[in-house]
Amino acid sequence: MASTPLPAEWRDFFALTKPRVMSLVVFTGLAGLLAAPGTIHPVLGFTAVLCIAMGAGGAAALNQWWEADIDAKMKRTAGRPLPQGRLRRQDARDFGMLLAGASVFVMLVAIHWLAAVVLAFSIFYYAVIYTMWLKPRTPQNIVIGGGAGAFPPLIGWIAVTGEITAMPLLLFAIIFIWTPPHFWALALFVKTDYAEAGIPMMPVVAGEKSTRRQVLAYAVLLFAISLLPWVIGGTGMIYGIAALVLSALFVALSVPVGLRMAQPEDRMQPEKRLFGYSVIYLFALFTALVADRMVLS
Amino acid sequence: MTPEEEVEFKRRRRQRNNVIGLVLAGFVILFYLITIVRMGD
Repeated sequence: MASTPLPAEWRDFFALTKPRVMSLVVFTGLAGLLAAPGTIHPVLGFTAVLCIAMGAGGAAALNQWWEADIDAKMKRTAGRPLPQGRLRRQDARDFGMLLAGASVFVMLVAIHWLAAVVLAFSIFYYAVIYTMWLKPRTPQNIVIGGGAGAFPPLIGWIAVTGEITAMPLLLFAIIFIWTPPHFWALALFVKTDYAEAGIPMMPVVAGEKSTRRQVLAYAVLLFAISLLPWVIGGTGMIYGIAALVLSALFVALSVPVGLRMAQPEDRMQPEKRLFGYSVIYLFALFTALVADRMVLS
Repeated sequence: MTPEEEVEFKRRRRQRNNVIGLVLAGFVILFYLITIVRMGD
């Protein structure tokens, strides 16, 4: 890695927070906050979502600090600030620690202690349990990493209610179960260099056939889990019907992915279709959840 | 450091200082608003 005498640009620090991932974090965190029973002052609601975003940004910076050597070996990540030498490694670590610490502190003093505890655990989960410990050791890394992305709606919900109940845990479960088919659909059609970087990704370790079967299995599981908020009476008809239709389509698009094998010169249309739909699915499902709450209240 | 590098050094430092200043000002306003809201609870 090259080092530069010039100070890093603020844009490089911003890039450390993985802004594209953060948009999904902000959206699901806000959805959890808006779907929770009860009210929160708009200023406190904004602060809670800001803390969730800052925590996610801090965890992302710590992830890149730890994985700078791995990122340098892969085309997709080689352009990041650390592998490019645009930023000193210890600056990325300090920036990540500052963001993470500030997010938990503000959540603690301004919102609720339980929201701060869960936020702190989510940062620890992503930066330490996932990034440092399990990602380099198991092909289940995406399943485990999905847990990190599943925390925002749980934290948003707790920010309003101050307690953990079945509903926010189900929102957590939905994102947790959604992540593997979402990512593995992508991994099937994008040839990555995880193997060269020493990361045991599922398609490389277990093979294409096993990965495809698991995509389908998770899609069926997602269908069941996504309906549970409605089944237990936590939501109304709007969410129930939306979950039924959206998840049925998710399974329908997963069937061809799960049952076929790629041919030579394959354009991988079913996999691309499933990946594209999976992003729309999550946005649509959480939008339906919020719409349902708005109508109910 | 060449003159060009020095110009670039100053430009980057100025931009970073501006961004840090804006972020800090944002937090001052946010904490003021949080305090007002919390006092009304």
